[in-house]
Amino acid sequence: MTSRFRQRLPGRVVLILVFGFLYLPIAVLVMLSFNDSGLPTAWSGFSTRWYVSLVGNSDILHAAWNTLVVAVFATLISTALGTLLALGMETRARKSNGLEALAFAPMVIPDIVLAVALLSFFSRLNLTMGLHTIVLSHVIFDLAFVCSVVRARLKSFDFSIVEASRDLGASGWTTFWRVTFPVLLPAIVAGALLAFTLSVDEFIIAFFTAGAGRSSMTLPMQIYSMIRFGVTPEINALATIVMGVSATALMISQWLNKEQIQ
Amino acid sequence: MSFNATRSNLLAAPAVAWLLIFMVTPCVLVLSYAFFERGTWGGIEYNFTLDNFARVFDPLYARIFLTSARIAATAAILAILIAYPAAYAISRAPRLRQPMLLFFAVLPFWSNYLIRTYAWIVLLNREGLFNNLLRSLGYTGEPLSLLYTEAAVITGLVYNYLPFVILAIYSTLSRLNPELMEASRDLGAGPVRTFLRVTLPLTLPGVAAGGVFVFVLSIGNFVTPALLGGGRFQMIGNLVYDQFLTANDWPFGAALGMVLIAIMIILLFLQARATSRASGERAEA
Amino acid sequence: MNMKNGKVAACAAVVVMAASLHAGAALAADLVISNWDGYMAKDIAESFKQATGLEIEVVNHGTNEEIMGKIMAGQGRGYDVVFVSSPFAEVLNAQGLLEPLDKAAIPNLANLYPEAANLAYDPGNAFSVPYAWGTSGLCYRSDKVSATPDSWMSLLQPADDLKGKTTMLSTDRWLMGAGLLAKGYSVNEADPTKINEARDLLIEAKKTLLAYDDTTFYAKLTSGEASLVHAWDGWCNYGIAENKDIKFVVPKEGSDLWVDTMVVMKNSENKENAMKFLNFILDGKNHAWAAENILYKVPNKAAMESLPAELGEQYPNMKMPPAELVKYELLRDLGAAQKDYSRAVSEIKAAN
Repeated sequence: MTSRFRQRLPGRVVLILVFGFLYLPIAVLVMLSFNDSGLPTAWSGFSTRWYVSLVGNSDILHAAWNTLVVAVFATLISTALGTLLALGMETRARKSNGLEALAFAPMVIPDIVLAVALLSFFSRLNLTMGLHTIVLSHVIFDLAFVCSVVRARLKSFDFSIVEASRDLGASGWTTFWRVTFPVLLPAIVAGALLAFTLSVDEFIIAFFTAGAGRSSMTLPMQIYSMIRFGVTPEINALATIVMGVSATALMISQWLNKEQIQ
Repeated sequence: MSFNATRSNLLAAPAVAWLLIFMVTPCVLVLSYAFFERGTWGGIEYNFTLDNFARVFDPLYARIFLTSARIAATAAILAILIAYPAAYAISRAPRLRQPMLLFFAVLPFWSNYLIRTYAWIVLLNREGLFNNLLRSLGYTGEPLSLLYTEAAVITGLVYNYLPFVILAIYSTLSRLNPELMEASRDLGAGPVRTFLRVTLPLTLPGVAAGGVFVFVLSIGNFVTPALLGGGRFQMIGNLVYDQFLTANDWPFGAALGMVLIAIMIILLFLQARATSRASGERAEA
Repeated sequence: MNMKNGKVAACAAVVVMAASLHAGAALAADLVISNWDGYMAKDIAESFKQATGLEIEVVNHGTNEEIMGKIMAGQGRGYDVVFVSSPFAEVLNAQGLLEPLDKAAIPNLANLYPEAANLAYDPGNAFSVPYAWGTSGLCYRSDKVSATPDSWMSLLQPADDLKGKTTMLSTDRWLMGAGLLAKGYSVNEADPTKINEARDLLIEAKKTLLAYDDTTFYAKLTSGEASLVHAWDGWCNYGIAENKDIKFVVPKEGSDLWVDTMVVMKNSENKENAMKFLNFILDGKNHAWAAENILYKVPNKAAMESLPAELGEQYPNMKMPPAELVKYELLRDLGAAQKDYSRAVSEIKAAN
């Protein structure tokens, strides 16, 4: 027991330090959600008024919902496309420079170029814009990040086990789900989390491809539009609630999972 | 290999089609403005010119590019140094707890970039929490100026992109075949040697991917340089942004963007080749 | 919860979300307006509906630059009325993207001060209606400065006790404006040598500067992080609201005149409604909302005269009469000189 504890100690210390760093500004952000003054960076006393006004602010709540919808669809589509692209690229006999450049490009194109390009393109096609066009656009860069993570995993993947499975008579489909997929799962999960996180926070491309309606405003668009007259702590209150709810939901599902296994 | 060329192409096809339609076509249309003139009122005058490219090769922009590349590279290296032990520790945690730890690493980033950055300002400014803490501990000197420096920008970038590096490295570390490490140890290699010869090469693709994420996201970032750097630093992405939106000079913005994309893709190619060589050589050694 | 239930729940959630994916496009209001968040009364939709029976949809943009880029790339489709600052309105008009105003439909134009009906970028309000106006200057903590600042040089070459405690606006026109005005030049200066002189002065000034700040400078004043900041008059008022020692002054060399305007898109399908909206805002009572709540001066005589006297006592710059305001130099689009300004700003930002 003691030796096991000693073995795990360095890992724990590392995790405590890194998570401390990740959550330090979050603690401040939560504190600011109780800031009486509307100033974004100065403290002036405790108040819960921002939570109260958040509940009455349908604009912000609606924008938060839109953000979630966009991020979920962009993540689902980009995880599927990105994973397939990674498999396609890593199973090629010879590297294709064109394909490599195509997979890198979404990460290096300046956001504003992509934003202006997409809006010009959609409006030339006379496409009705809204949340669906934001999803289309977010998939572009999300899939590049997913592909990159999955490819990193595939580099150390032993394709001979795929061959072995095929030799044993398994179909391509069965082989994928039984052999390849379980090995790739951590990378797919990591890629999906990455895509979701990128999409939730993306502003400029969403702003350009959202169309003109109020109904397709996302949270970052709402927040950046507040810069001029002050971003109110309502946003901090919302962030606090979002993180609190997600953390609770995860812990409950984890707990349920454990129950089920036992 | 049981994958023939057709199957590989088929797997890549949906993503390739998506990128060709929604990325390549629109971007080629916009980037082609680089060959035309800016109208007096903004907009495009369709007279062919190469002037915009001549302007791109002004030493001023090369300097901005180099400064932002230096800042982004520093952020990438620091992020890797912090993320690697964290990802390693997560991959050694009990199997059931791993997804939860990953999730808690990204959770802070489901808030908003702007308000996270404001939180850093509250912490670090001259009248901020950190200085107040120092004062209450008896420090009486001038308050420390922690903000509006290159270090503050780098801290902000490392902070915001750290989880991405953790995710990338974790994905190559998790379920790394433990037999390999045991074998290495059985052959008499110490833990350091095992790490350098076995673990590191196998996870190098993840390290490289994570480093690339931080680099490309940093070089295009403008909120952090503006708020934590006090606008004293300009990242190259910001320069392109300004041409399109502030100066209304789409042709020049397009030229800058085109050159930037080309340079970055070349850098990524070089990086990919170096990584695969390094991980290949070490694994064989 | 077993696996199967979990999967069913996840699928159901995706279906619900898919429904809202498309809900976005369907809603059709009688009028779509884009503005900065918080720049109009929160209940504007209700009060406008009461007055006219029309449904409006208010969307938000963060900066002039963003909405401008979006309008240029998408030809302004979908938007009816947009709020932008005057140089941007000028460009949109030059690009043929704006609808000439139907003055017969906007009788409340008569409420504007005569000065506001004759601004050089749009004499006679052919394509734009001014919504708010003001100037920029120095906003400072009177309890922390040893001498009252009165010149742009107080900011650019600050006294020793202010070194490292000043901020400047980073938006190109105002940043350059401070340097140009300090040199005695026009805020619309087109001569490259003069632009370069201003640039050199600003590069020197960077050494004593705490930060460039467009958005939180008034918070820096209240926290004490900064003592003297380059500010728009209306924003300085947000600092004054928190701390009475904060004061605003226009430097003796003069300053710029900025105007935020409302414009109607040429591609709008609801032009008649758009004119009704402009007329509604210009109503003295409605327009006074902006002055009272945003603490910006509005160019509406009826509105300004209806303001309570205390407002002017608390925020002295609210009392600045139009005749004085229009003496400052109106910001105009730069045309071809824009390239020189952009390069100068990049050089300043890149300088160490």
